[in-house]
Amino acid sequence: MLESGRPLRGSGTAKRHNNDLILFLLPAVIIVFVVNYVPMYGIIIAFKDFRIARGIVGSPWVGFKHFERFFNSAYGWPVVFNTLLLNLYILLIAFPAPIFLALLLNEVRNERAKRFVQTVTYMPHFISIVVIVGMIKLFLSPQAGLYGAAVRAIGATPINLLAAQQWFRTIYVVSDVWQHMGWSSIIYLAALSAVDPNLYEAARVDGATRLQKIIHIDIPSLLPTIMILLILRVGVLMTIGFEKVFLMQNSLILDVAEVLPTYVYKVGIGRSQFSFATAVGLFQTFVNFVLLLATNQLAKSMKQTTLW
Amino acid sequence: MIRSNSEAFSDRAFQVFLSVTLVLICASVVYPLYFVIVASFSDPDYVINGYVWLYPRKPNVQAYEKVLEDEKIWRSYRNTFAYTSVGVLFHLLLILPAAYALSRKDFRFRNLFMVYFVITMFFNGGLIPTYLTILKLGMLDSFWVMVLPFAVNVFHIIVARTFFQQNVPDELKDAAFMDGCTNLRFFLAVVLPLSKAIIAVVALFHAVSQWNQFFIPLIYLKSDVLMPLQIILRTILIANLTADVTDAVHWGDIMRVGEILKYALIVVSTVPILMVYPFLQKYFSKGVMIGSIKG
Repeated sequence: MLESGRPLRGSGTAKRHNNDLILFLLPAVIIVFVVNYVPMYGIIIAFKDFRIARGIVGSPWVGFKHFERFFNSAYGWPVVFNTLLLNLYILLIAFPAPIFLALLLNEVRNERAKRFVQTVTYMPHFISIVVIVGMIKLFLSPQAGLYGAAVRAIGATPINLLAAQQWFRTIYVVSDVWQHMGWSSIIYLAALSAVDPNLYEAARVDGATRLQKIIHIDIPSLLPTIMILLILRVGVLMTIGFEKVFLMQNSLILDVAEVLPTYVYKVGIGRSQFSFATAVGLFQTFVNFVLLLATNQLAKSMKQTTLW
Repeated sequence: MIRSNSEAFSDRAFQVFLSVTLVLICASVVYPLYFVIVASFSDPDYVINGYVWLYPRKPNVQAYEKVLEDEKIWRSYRNTFAYTSVGVLFHLLLILPAAYALSRKDFRFRNLFMVYFVITMFFNGGLIPTYLTILKLGMLDSFWVMVLPFAVNVFHIIVARTFFQQNVPDELKDAAFMDGCTNLRFFLAVVLPLSKAIIAVVALFHAVSQWNQFFIPLIYLKSDVLMPLQIILRTILIANLTADVTDAVHWGDIMRVGEILKYALIVVSTVPILMVYPFLQKYFSKGVMIGSIKG
């Protein structure tokens, strides 16, 4: 039994140590240790020539060899550049979209209409990424898709957008907005619902228009939330959700669509270059962390809300 | 109230802009989903040639028959169902007791374990070291890798912990312990029944993530018999290997029905998610998630 068997004193629970609660935590603690902490130790193979047969300890140290190889290879810098550029697109377009939606939703006075828009726009968030990319492929197919039919209807010739390098980032970001704009607006709506109603009342007395209320009350109220999410977003600039890019890739667009996580997967899992792939992954994590610290510092110096 | 005409006009213009924008947003979200359903019930030729826009043409269920008679799709469907149900069970068994222990202010090691979990939200070993660990555990290409090693979600632990803190009164606990109740009994007999809402929320969210899981099987599974729905979906929808899955004899047939089959497959694979969606929705409106996150 979990009960320690210690008799309860008259003074109640204050003297209980509740050490048996550790048993409540034990299963989760063990799993997290094995799946999260043990791999952290495994990172050292980035500085070794890891062979499975020799194990982590038995493999020889090689210093920064794998990092040098990555940056001297033809892939290194282009892959970093692709990752950053795609993230820049996301930051400029997909990041502000839910803020815009939340500001609009907050203005809807009819509760039922508001809930309807929310129900509709949250929905795509729950659809699997494989289905989303599958839908993109179906719709944009030049032969059979909606896009192909529409272009042919106006007498033009449809091209294969998914094989066109210049369209990859646009398709990625637009579909991202479509899928997540609604869901991501929740946190901003919650922040807006916490705005002091007296502010609106004062604005009304002063004869402010609705647009003026948005600009002078809503947006400043959202700023702390925006800052925190922005800092967190900048802290993953070297990462891109692996699955969507991976599923959208094809050999014709690889020059723009190869990003760090997909590269790590192909080299590491695909070609079993464990040490090299770990080094690339570590570089990615390291830059992310530096960016997080730097943005947080920058925000602090600008007297904005920060993570710590 | 004194308002100038220009202000009234500005507000009216805003109202028009607001309504039009929201209608456009809703339409652009709904139309692709609606089109998938319409196309899945239409004649292949009409869809391929772009005659289907708003309603099914020559309505039929041919595509669904093809989907449902395919043994590979069925097998992956069964697999996904097993990964989802067993996965949710493990998830709850792992995170609920942990969250409860962390919610107890009279538990000495509370902060220590909290830090232990939260660290993993910001740092991890990365893909390859994690892969090597799973390899070493002998879990590669097994049923277990889908349900156990990645079943702890620290975010869910935090959400559940906050819920317990706010919804299980300390007085209740004190009274129960005065009567000699143990932590385990109190957790099972009092805490869990009081926490149905949060249990439903984390279970539903984990179920959705298990159902949609693509990354874990891609990395850790190899055998065809273990493959979940999302992997099969990728083969058909994205790698375009329809012929490999359906056993259609004529190429023309594969091409024709193949396109429609994809629409039907999207519907069949997404319907279970959309069936739990109203339940999830119920909890958004109650603010269970948001309330818990804030705390």
